[in-house]
Amino acid sequence: MASNPQNETLEALVGQKYRHGFVTDIESDTVPPGLDEDVVRLISRKKNEPEFMLEWRLQAFRHWLTMKEPHWAHLRVAPIDYQAISYYSAPKSKDDAPKSLEEVDPKLLETYDKLGIPLHERARLAGVAVDAVFDSVSVATTFKERLSKAGVIFCSFSEAVHKHPGLIEKYLGSVVPHTDNYFAALNSAVFSDGSFVFVPKGVRCPMELSTYFRINAAKTGQFERTLIVAEEGASVSYLEGCTAPMRDENQLHAAVVELVALDNAQIKYSTVQNWYPGDENGRGGIYNFVTKRGECRGANSRISWTQVETGSAITWKYPSCVLTGDNSVGEFYSVAVANNYQQADTGTKMIHIGRNTRSTIVSKGISAGHGQNSYRGLVKILPNAIDARNYTQCDSLLMGDQCGAHTFPYMEVRTPTAIVEHEATTSKIGDDQLFYCLSRGISAEDAVNMIVNGFCKAVFKELPMEFAVEAQNLLAVSLEGSVG
Amino acid sequence: MLVIDNLKARVGGKDVLKGLNLTINAGEVHAIMGPNGSGKSTLAQVLAGRDGYEVTGGSVTYQSRDLLALAPEERAREGVFLAFQYPVEIPGVNNVYLLKAGLNAIRKHRGEPEVDAFEFLALVREKMKLMQMDESFLNRAVNEGFSGGEKKRNEILQMAILEPKLALLDETDSGLDIDALRVVANGVNSLRRPDRAIVMVTHYQRLLDYIEPDHVHVLSGGRILKSGDKSLALELESRGYDWVKEDPAAA
Repeated sequence: MASNPQNETLEALVGQKYRHGFVTDIESDTVPPGLDEDVVRLISRKKNEPEFMLEWRLQAFRHWLTMKEPHWAHLRVAPIDYQAISYYSAPKSKDDAPKSLEEVDPKLLETYDKLGIPLHERARLAGVAVDAVFDSVSVATTFKERLSKAGVIFCSFSEAVHKHPGLIEKYLGSVVPHTDNYFAALNSAVFSDGSFVFVPKGVRCPMELSTYFRINAAKTGQFERTLIVAEEGASVSYLEGCTAPMRDENQLHAAVVELVALDNAQIKYSTVQNWYPGDENGRGGIYNFVTKRGECRGANSRISWTQVETGSAITWKYPSCVLTGDNSVGEFYSVAVANNYQQADTGTKMIHIGRNTRSTIVSKGISAGHGQNSYRGLVKILPNAIDARNYTQCDSLLMGDQCGAHTFPYMEVRTPTAIVEHEATTSKIGDDQLFYCLSRGISAEDAVNMIVNGFCKAVFKELPMEFAVEAQNLLAVSLEGSVG
Repeated sequence: MLVIDNLKARVGGKDVLKGLNLTINAGEVHAIMGPNGSGKSTLAQVLAGRDGYEVTGGSVTYQSRDLLALAPEERAREGVFLAFQYPVEIPGVNNVYLLKAGLNAIRKHRGEPEVDAFEFLALVREKMKLMQMDESFLNRAVNEGFSGGEKKRNEILQMAILEPKLALLDETDSGLDIDALRVVANGVNSLRRPDRAIVMVTHYQRLLDYIEPDHVHVLSGGRILKSGDKSLALELESRGYDWVKEDPAAA
């Protein structure tokens, strides 16, 4: 045919832009760029922290100074100038943190409304409690009272440091020590806020918990810290979402998430990550260097990570499980998208220590445009992990011929009774699949969404119901126009 | 309904259709037969609008419109349906979901309300009975793990649901055992209607024992060499294709 209607439709879709790229015009208290011990002290002072926290931060900072930025990942990263970043930015408020939603700046509420995360009582997502983190601070946490009746603590990290210092001191850094890696050390020194969840013995958390992270200020980094503890027999499902404005420069996000599951406890942690990925030429976007790790400390405990990674210019992230308790279970379900010039190096580590521990890894990588997508995973089975089992499935989907998919599976098995399985596939969205859908009257856009969602189905079904739809929509936006 | 005038098309740099003429009226069933490589499947793909099939000349008029100017999904919405020779697998995409999306796209185009899940399920169940398909089809991914016969049945099921005006069946009989062929043929026969035309592309006469065509055409070297009624198919069966090529009256 002289013209190609399929390609024309697809090209028309390429113009789609990141939908969360707006900036909220709000007065901020932002410290000047730069990092030294004084900045660490300043952050601690601004947060009015107890002495032990300051000491912990300084220790981490001093250790960080001795470390080198890691470069083993399959990523090309422009040099990061750590002295050019501002390490603290908070929306200005009259006094301290707002006591209730009525005191929260309406502009902030509007921002979250625009993002589809209503914080108002009347419009709240049914059955989901939300902690909203804006730049460096938590601006609101919903459903606190209802949760506290059940005995569940869900609050900003700053609040937890004041109200529950004993728990923080006991668990902070117990899964990801400040010496763990370069970005975890940096985070430990300068982290500003995040969420804290504590579910006491025998309690099933009565609702989904969710934190919504928003970077707004320019030239700042976001360094949040999340700590979730589920005591014996407790269970909780937690979801984080994140977005940022569109800016030409790269912004650094280096978070740490620690999960602790005691005997018979269950933690389900889901992420829908939609940081600004940069424009179609690879300018701007978030550098996402995140350390996420959960420890199944108790017997029969279970930690499950589900992530949908559509944003960021660079993703460096390996949500992991340390399976210490006997019969404990670790799971990792991941969809990672790299479109335009995005680069993702993501995967997981499953460290089997206890007997009869089991882990499942399902990774779906989608590469489009000039995107580079790497799966990097480690399955380590230590000598005492008798009868440990792992199943790994890594599938890659390529859209177009400029992108790349890479798989780096590492296995270390030191137990003869262990069973480790690994399956990997790479496929291309076929013209024939697309044409099949078109010939049934379905538009090119819907057809691509359908095929991609089919590819990701095994992961999406692990997401909490409320968010599975959001994840599908997100994926649709991230990939619009990437087949042609 | 469909007028193909001097159609020329190339695939992969090779001229395949070299001036094909064909007129199809509503209510008719046409069989297009011919040896391998004669251009049968190319014709079906060109009419459905597949990428990579380049039309170099001629015209196709469908219901007084220039069919070749329409995108493939627009053709489908206007009532053109292609039953694939090799239906593709789409892992993770539910068979029923794809069908519902297709039907609703077509209904929307016609200005009809979309069907909801309950109505649709009732419709699918009814049509599945016709095609003797069991309930498990409802939960399976598009063609994934289907046997050859199941795939072909699924194509006709789709046709029954989408209710096209012009159905193109590309080698629908290939890979079918006799029982499956009978089921598929019964399905097609039940879909014959005065306002619908069916074009079957086939290599063998066998299919025509079950679906009786009104017109039979012999396609060879990218042209229709001979047209006739169903007796032509029987003659082809006994004499092969070569006699048509040699018949001076055919050119």
